[in-house]
Amino acid sequence: MLSKWRQISLVASALMLGLPLFVIVAALLALPLGGDFTTLSHLWDTVIPEYVRHSLLLMLGVAVGVITLGVGTAWLTTSCRFPGQRILSWALLLPLAMPAYITAYTYTGMLDYSGLVQTSLRDAFGWGYGDYWFPQIRSLGGAIVVLSLVLFPYVYLITRATFLQQSATTLEAGRSLGLSPWQCFWRIALPLARPAIVTGATLALMETLADYGTVQYFGVTTFTTGIFRTWYGLGDLTGALQLAGLLLAAVIALILIERWSRKQARYDQRNPRPAAPFQLRGSKAWLASAACWLPLLLGFILPALQLTSWSIERWQVWTDADFWQLAWNSFALAFTAALLVVTVALWLAYGRRQLPTKLVRTSVAFAGLGYAIPGLVIAVGLLVLLSGADQMIIAASESLFGWDPGLLLSGTLFALLFAYTVRFLSVALQTVQAGLAEIRPSMDEAARIHGYRPFQVLRAIHLPLLRPSVLTAIILVGVDVLKELPATLVLRPFDFNTLAVRAYEMAGDERLADAGPPALMMVMVGLIPVILLSRAMLKSQQHALKEQDFVPVTA
Amino acid sequence: MSLLQLDHLQVNIGQQAIVRSVTVSLEAGEIGCLLGPSGCGKTTLLRAIAGFQPVATGSISLAGKTVSAPAFTQAPEKRGIGMVFQDFALFPHLTVADNIGFGMRHASHAEKLLRVDELLERISLPGYQSRYPHELSGGQQQRIALARALAPRPRLLLLDEPFSSLDAELRERLAIEVRELLKKEQITALLVTHDQQEAFAMADKAGVMYQGELLQWETPYQLYHQPRHQMVADFIGHGVLLQGTVNASGAMASPLGMLEHPSLNNVEGGTPVNFLVRPDDLVPDPKSRLRGRIKARGFRGAHNLYSVELVSGVEVLTLSPSHEQLEVGSEIGLRPDFDHLVVFAADHCELPGFHSQAPAFKPVLPKAQTA
Repeated sequence: MLSKWRQISLVASALMLGLPLFVIVAALLALPLGGDFTTLSHLWDTVIPEYVRHSLLLMLGVAVGVITLGVGTAWLTTSCRFPGQRILSWALLLPLAMPAYITAYTYTGMLDYSGLVQTSLRDAFGWGYGDYWFPQIRSLGGAIVVLSLVLFPYVYLITRATFLQQSATTLEAGRSLGLSPWQCFWRIALPLARPAIVTGATLALMETLADYGTVQYFGVTTFTTGIFRTWYGLGDLTGALQLAGLLLAAVIALILIERWSRKQARYDQRNPRPAAPFQLRGSKAWLASAACWLPLLLGFILPALQLTSWSIERWQVWTDADFWQLAWNSFALAFTAALLVVTVALWLAYGRRQLPTKLVRTSVAFAGLGYAIPGLVIAVGLLVLLSGADQMIIAASESLFGWDPGLLLSGTLFALLFAYTVRFLSVALQTVQAGLAEIRPSMDEAARIHGYRPFQVLRAIHLPLLRPSVLTAIILVGVDVLKELPATLVLRPFDFNTLAVRAYEMAGDERLADAGPPALMMVMVGLIPVILLSRAMLKSQQHALKEQDFVPVTA
Repeated sequence: MSLLQLDHLQVNIGQQAIVRSVTVSLEAGEIGCLLGPSGCGKTTLLRAIAGFQPVATGSISLAGKTVSAPAFTQAPEKRGIGMVFQDFALFPHLTVADNIGFGMRHASHAEKLLRVDELLERISLPGYQSRYPHELSGGQQQRIALARALAPRPRLLLLDEPFSSLDAELRERLAIEVRELLKKEQITALLVTHDQQEAFAMADKAGVMYQGELLQWETPYQLYHQPRHQMVADFIGHGVLLQGTVNASGAMASPLGMLEHPSLNNVEGGTPVNFLVRPDDLVPDPKSRLRGRIKARGFRGAHNLYSVELVSGVEVLTLSPSHEQLEVGSEIGLRPDFDHLVVFAADHCELPGFHSQAPAFKPVLPKAQTA
């Protein structure tokens, strides 16, 4: 009886988390059923072809970029030895600490007309405006470069794990059959790593589709900027919902590709002897070193230096009470959201462990899908849903008590917390489930048979053993919340600001240097999960990274 | 009164009966052992006794008190049973001392310390109190798991394949050590294993389980020499089943010639039967009329195990001391010397519980367990 209620409540929680998506799907389904194509056909006539073209080009460019950078660095750092290889193997994860839009701001600061590079060029050669050609960073190409530099660690991390797993005998077999080292890479290592490369690239592409800050700042019209413009600029809610629906369809296609590629990733090589690395010397070593340092330099070191220089330039900001209020807002919100999300994750993970029926497993898997859904899509769906609910509450309250409670759900932090839970639950769920898997069922039974009641087992065994993974989950979710821009932008209560929103606003006002301090703070906090990730990566060096250990860390 | 009594026990997982109609009793101080291939339901039976599985029909009683019956399952923590898990299930966040003392909830701190010291002494790991499980080897972890289960002095100790994750040499030594320890502590124990050497080394009573049914529950000696079921004969020890026909005068016509044995007296004349031939039932004897050709030789240390093809084409096994090497392909004479003659009716050898849907198990000459 009790377990039946528990099962119902688990399914209900999962459905609840799916509500914003249902709204979007309903809006999309209402099209062919309701037959009202006027909004959409108008959008098709005007802007959608452009959104599709830009989004596709962006994805294509980012895919090429992350695969080139990710696979190249992964192969060099795993199979070759050259100066700096040990540092690079973890440092190459650092770009993940950079939110893409922040990197975009820093490059704009460095490369646009008044930036350091062009100013120096003009000073050096005595050029004036229009005397020379310089690539425009605020363009589709610029967006591709920035997103590739920030997202390539996804491919690097997963591919690296596969390269480490590849056993020496496979490669030695290739050598004995007459392949050179390079041919071994192209004909054995690379095909074996293909599922991992696809997985990493699809994760990067999901982030690309979800990105709003970068493309908005660079003036590239994609689906996310389109949704924003249709809604806020044109006030067209239906159109925004329909665009969100199309974006959702694209994301689901990516999810399916990723699932499929993970299923293919069964080139299992049991207990492999790691392949002997190639010892590079002389110019080859320097070339390899440069090839790995460059993405790190461009993806992390330069942007971080730019942020630091802005933060020093605007040192007054650090003494400003408003700024600290802002920081306090952000951290309090992130912490609250993290606690909430981890609690929900614990509830679902325990449900799945103790009631592993098909229904419950499906529900929990469904609840964990949010990581792939762009924050903007969740926000739009949620806002529609909650403002509808608010209207009903207001109407009911006025007819019953003659009192208008205002926007209880959509106008408060409730909406924001709800959206974060939908989006980041999977991060917490994966971490908690991995921790829970370490507590074997026989340990529960061993404690029971020693006279401990179920609740006492929880306290004596589960609490101490689960503490590290719960803490990790809180950190990961908290940092993700801190960096999340689009959902916060849409759903924040009136006059409520966070660090991410402040950086966005400052950049939007062309006050890039003022975006420095909040951005630097976010990057520094964002380093924590990257350090955790790199520690996990190095720890599992020998038996390689299990897929479970992998948690997306950017927002 | 038996300490543990299982009465026509059936345990279901989902809709499937995993354990069916098992009746077992274990006296206080005895060590019992359930043998069987993996998937035969022995672990499920153990978990039902521990209270982790509800029973479908029948009952489980501990010292005369029913602890499990349909619609009634006493919680595991109230049963006073100890259990050693297959994967040891040591708590990784607790030291050895805390692990061992884990179940002694109502003992004082001093009592705990004393008992932990005593047990560590008995399992020959003195001074290991403050180690953590991950610092120990597999064999040490196993012994700590045993000590943890013994610490609260349970009425009954259950051991689920306790040695299966250890290497063969360690396994045999530990089995003997554990038996001594259990006897010293006067603990009643039930062990589950698929390794007969382990069962023979430890058990006072043993049984073979197959597809959820317990085929026989007697001493290991009886299981080996007087199996009551062909599956038991097949599972325990080496041996082959041969066909024969008992004639009116109580002798049996068989591939080994005419055999006479007291156990044939109560078999009706003209009955086709299967009988069990152990390697030690056939003695190499150059003068014997029963001739065969050696097909394979297996070195077993003190003796060799030969597979011999008789003139009739039937294959049997025999032993001889390893210092008299016989070459493969050479001829050998064999003399039947049956201490026990185990005879099954030829038409009554189907798998237990499957009388209606006899599977593709041909009663004719089941394959011998060649090792």
